[in-house]
Amino acid sequence: MSASRRVLPGFNLTLGYTVFYLSLIVLIPLSALFFKTFTLSWEQFVTAVTSPRVLASYQLTFGAAFLAALVNSVFGLLVAWVLVRYRFPGHKLVDALVDLPFALPTAVAGISLTALLAGNGWVGSLLEPYGINLAFNRNGVVIALIFIGLPFVVRTVQPVLEDAEQELEEAATCLGATRWQTFYHVIFPSIAPALLTGFAMAFARGVGEYGSVIFIAGNMPMVSEITPLIIIGKLEQYDYAGATAVATVMLLASFALLLLINGLQSWQRQRAGALP
Amino acid sequence: MSGAPQRHHARAGTTEPAGVKWSLIGLALGFVFLFLALPLAAVFTEALRKGGGAFVQALQEPDAWSAIRLTLWVAAVAVPLNLVFGVCAAWAIAKYEFAGKAFLTTLVDLPFSVSPVVAGLVYVLMFGAQGWLGPWLQAHDIKIVFAIPGIILATVFVTFPFIARELIPLMQSQGTEEEQAAMVLGATGLQTFWYVTLPNIRWGLIYGVILCNARAMGEFGAVSVVSGHIRGQTNTMPLHVEILYNEYQSVAAFAVASLLALLALVTLAIKSLMEWQFDRERLASADLPPERPTAASPLNRVTP
Repeated sequence: MSASRRVLPGFNLTLGYTVFYLSLIVLIPLSALFFKTFTLSWEQFVTAVTSPRVLASYQLTFGAAFLAALVNSVFGLLVAWVLVRYRFPGHKLVDALVDLPFALPTAVAGISLTALLAGNGWVGSLLEPYGINLAFNRNGVVIALIFIGLPFVVRTVQPVLEDAEQELEEAATCLGATRWQTFYHVIFPSIAPALLTGFAMAFARGVGEYGSVIFIAGNMPMVSEITPLIIIGKLEQYDYAGATAVATVMLLASFALLLLINGLQSWQRQRAGALP
Repeated sequence: MSGAPQRHHARAGTTEPAGVKWSLIGLALGFVFLFLALPLAAVFTEALRKGGGAFVQALQEPDAWSAIRLTLWVAAVAVPLNLVFGVCAAWAIAKYEFAGKAFLTTLVDLPFSVSPVVAGLVYVLMFGAQGWLGPWLQAHDIKIVFAIPGIILATVFVTFPFIARELIPLMQSQGTEEEQAAMVLGATGLQTFWYVTLPNIRWGLIYGVILCNARAMGEFGAVSVVSGHIRGQTNTMPLHVEILYNEYQSVAAFAVASLLALLALVTLAIKSLMEWQFDRERLASADLPPERPTAASPLNRVTP
């Protein structure tokens, strides 16, 4: 490609500006977080990130994000399947609506879901007689994260399903497979990497999510308090060291998830390339 | 694909019985209705619960107005900054090969996976009173955190990858042949970009800009950390929604929220229109000789 570097101008300028802007906006501020953390002693750090209230918040944050990503994997695959394979009235509308969680501000999603699920809301009032409460507790956290994560699964699985070669399915049918066997042994393996990528993306987004969750969670310490809210709480008490320590744990989790997603995506590309 | 009769023939092996098909459609539609359509409808019905008068009144509050103005300002600064970066990053990454390219691409994606609250916090640590530059800024009477510059910075951070993410795969799929041809024919670098590259990437560019704008206007977590919540001064629309909601002014909160929901709907509508336009152009270019590269639709991919 050195030929094209000679022909096309602007390499130094655009790469230089990219690195400069990236450092200014992302890298230097993120490194400020690590430097601040290193001013803490190891004991201070461990005490801050393993206090019972913080541990309970990890459990809720990661547990709820995992559950929500799991639900989204099932229903996201279903929605992607229905959008790719079938035509029905309102098809285009549903396809457009799937992106709503990307476009709708999280605070709006939060208050709207709360209004729906609270005891006097459309859905909440139907469930209350049965003793089911979905707002102001852990259930609410999972529901908010399902809303936030759905498009990640649908939009990663959808293009792979579109590209899937139907000849393989025909071959399976000709060889005597039932439709379910064809799905399980032929279609599912080809979309599994994409599905796992979508799962990981929905999970990563759910772990960091703040706006939609705090309205519906009830935010009771030890019960329904998510980790980002712990950081905000510490900041409001001017406990910068504690906030920084917990934020470092979250940032490390983000890095790990980013690496995982990158790995999954390259696996997915290899899979796509290996197909005939 | 081949003609209609063959396709009809092939169908038996690649589709489900009608009962299964319609059950799956019903299940999927039920899920979409419960989790997407209902929350969207609830925003507008809650906003109009006490009639149009209360709705309009809520939007005429001076605090609501200043929140709307601030939100527009923040987006007007943050989106162009990320647009320039997005085009530069996509040009460098898509048009050249260099060591560390994969690493750079990962770093561009980094803000997507950082929690918005952490994003806000890092700016407080940089520019806050106890931060790196805090004493110096105080000595020179410059306020960044708990003021508008901090809100803009936090917004730039969370919307950082949107436009670059749209453009990089699109420009990679288009290669460099057309630009090289333009250069050989004597065009300058800027002319090549303006007349050759830009028309090729315009749909991806517009799409990235509207998504970036929607997120910039709607960002809550990061902005919440750096804003300081001063009514009428450092409250953006999402923060104003939170304050009203916590003060049990439900109608007013949903009235402001409905403006943001409208923004989301407009964003989705523009996106769908462009997808349609892009598909049409792709079909048209498919009729041209094969050496013209045809990109797969860049629009239906994941960009949180």
